[in-house]
Amino acid sequence: MIVLEPRPQPSRALALLSPVIAIVLTLIAGGILIALMGRPPLEALRIYFFQPFEEFWMWLTLPTGEREMWLYTPSEVIVKAIPLALIGSGLAVCFRANVWNIGAAGQYTMGAIISGWVALSAPEGASGIWLVPYLIAGVLGGMLWAAIPALLRVRFNANEILVSLMLTYVAALLLDWLVRGPFKDPLGFGFPESKEFQPGFIMPVLVDGTRLHLGVALAVIAAVALWVMMGRTMKGFEVRVIGAAPRAGAFAGFSRDRTIWFVMLLSGGLAGLAGAVEISATVQQLQPQINAEYGFVAIIVAFLGRLNPIGALFGAVILAVSYIGGENAQIMLKLPKAVTGIFQGMLLFFLLGCDTLIRFRIRLARPRVG
Amino acid sequence: MENFIYSMIIAATPLLLAAIGELVAERSGVLNLGVEGMMLMGAVVAFAVANSTGSTPLAILAGAGAGAGMALIFSVIALSLLANQAATGLALTIFGIGASGLIGQSFVGIALEPLAKLSIPFLTESTAVGRILLGHDPMVYMALALAAGVAWFLYNTRGGLALRAVGDNHDSGHALGYNVIAIRYMATLFGGACAGLGGAYLSLAYTPMWAENMTAGRGWIALALVVFATWRPLRLVAGAYLFAAVTQLQFYGQDWGLPIASQFLAMAPYVATILALVIISRDVNLTKANAPACIGKPFRAER
Repeated sequence: MIVLEPRPQPSRALALLSPVIAIVLTLIAGGILIALMGRPPLEALRIYFFQPFEEFWMWLTLPTGEREMWLYTPSEVIVKAIPLALIGSGLAVCFRANVWNIGAAGQYTMGAIISGWVALSAPEGASGIWLVPYLIAGVLGGMLWAAIPALLRVRFNANEILVSLMLTYVAALLLDWLVRGPFKDPLGFGFPESKEFQPGFIMPVLVDGTRLHLGVALAVIAAVALWVMMGRTMKGFEVRVIGAAPRAGAFAGFSRDRTIWFVMLLSGGLAGLAGAVEISATVQQLQPQINAEYGFVAIIVAFLGRLNPIGALFGAVILAVSYIGGENAQIMLKLPKAVTGIFQGMLLFFLLGCDTLIRFRIRLARPRVG
Repeated sequence: MENFIYSMIIAATPLLLAAIGELVAERSGVLNLGVEGMMLMGAVVAFAVANSTGSTPLAILAGAGAGAGMALIFSVIALSLLANQAATGLALTIFGIGASGLIGQSFVGIALEPLAKLSIPFLTESTAVGRILLGHDPMVYMALALAAGVAWFLYNTRGGLALRAVGDNHDSGHALGYNVIAIRYMATLFGGACAGLGGAYLSLAYTPMWAENMTAGRGWIALALVVFATWRPLRLVAGAYLFAAVTQLQFYGQDWGLPIASQFLAMAPYVATILALVIISRDVNLTKANAPACIGKPFRAER
């Protein structure tokens, strides 16, 4: 019989090792799944998880002139990781406070809607400076949508998980209505799309020949700022205390309600920013589908990053690798897109299971007799 | 109006099935947020079995089995390994969306015969009441019977008492000699099987086909229904029918000539869920008196 024996102190080593074990277990389980589907497992796993790293290695080691072509796939990974990191680092702080904002997908959509509205109503010939109000509008859109579950939680004690989640469906339907109605491009041949944004609203590309854009700086700045806040400021301490021991926090004069407002608006604002950045950098117009599922995948990112904002950067890259790998495997091995979702779900399962090892030792014990 | 009530009863059935299972799990102290994922797996597996064997009872059973299988994954991670229940439930939903999409990809675009409807000679057809109440498929009545059975079990049996005791105070339950983890496993598996049935109803009867994400948030609405019903089975039945009536607005709103875009009518169930949560949750006494005190808290026996 397996017995869990509490450790005197949580293991720091296992806290860092647990994501690695979880990734290895996901690869093994994923390999078995792919073999069951009748595809070559090793080949598939290589395409899924290692190819972007291999190509990055080629770029690092080859001389100038031959190496440029190898940068494209790694740069696409970073492009995918940007929205995941922005949302994931905010959620990491939110979950630390034991506040469960599950509706980041809706806040992302709302960020895209409000910033898109700014872009579509700007005067002809708007310059690059418009990017600033555009991104701020995204943040405000996300905060607005996160304010609803925060208000209902603080004022009426309504469960923030269910409220924020219901609002993702409302936001998606609102976007659908907008791109088929008020935001629809009159010259768009009837497609449910807005006009394309003017050049002033497009995130500047940092490296020629790739789509790597300024958003990467925003994601890194946000993660570092949140990390400093959590570790070095009173506000971060308040968030951690309220999350770990709300009663102790109350004695220290910290307000649970204020913390709920703070982390909801913070994570909602970052999700909204992610929506604005993503639209501006990739499709440059509003469409019915804008990859809002990033809001859910970012939950895995936050956990993979140990609910640490900097960790979320790494988590975002790993999940982005699985996305790009999934697209490549779809093309090269005809593996269905749904496999990516299975990998992501399994990763979170294994991660949560492995996290038990941080607090407990697993011991085999004989069942007690008598 | 007759059609409205008739279709409301049908729309309520998957919600009721999923919610009654989650109610039992939550009453034992387990918060499983994976209802959406369990429903999707139930839907796709039931559809696959119905499509390949042609047997409805087998398909319904398979749907329940798939939901219970998903709940077993949850139980191992959240109950045995003491992981955070909210996060594990979310993982279950993400996994269920992916896994059901993979299993279902070869079934997209196939339509099944819907479940056969009950027809009692004379009684079903002669009156409006008969047409509304007596002309449904068997799962509609099964859902109601299940809710009644759960109500009876929770309040009239020793097993129900043990289940509620463990949900309200797992330490006391343990001290009394109940096996907390075993009871929670059974309650969670029952919840999964019910969610699987709810999913099976969608793909066998409600819209007899498979489409990715065909639950469209019903698993989450079922979770909210449990709160709305303040964890009481008979209120849950009323809640499910009320919600289904709101859901039907999107189909009947345009027939009735409401000057509202279809997207806004489609928002109705989600907005109604939020309103319902607010109405119930604002009354602290109401929720405190009924909510299982140990909900979502992991339990580890000291010895």
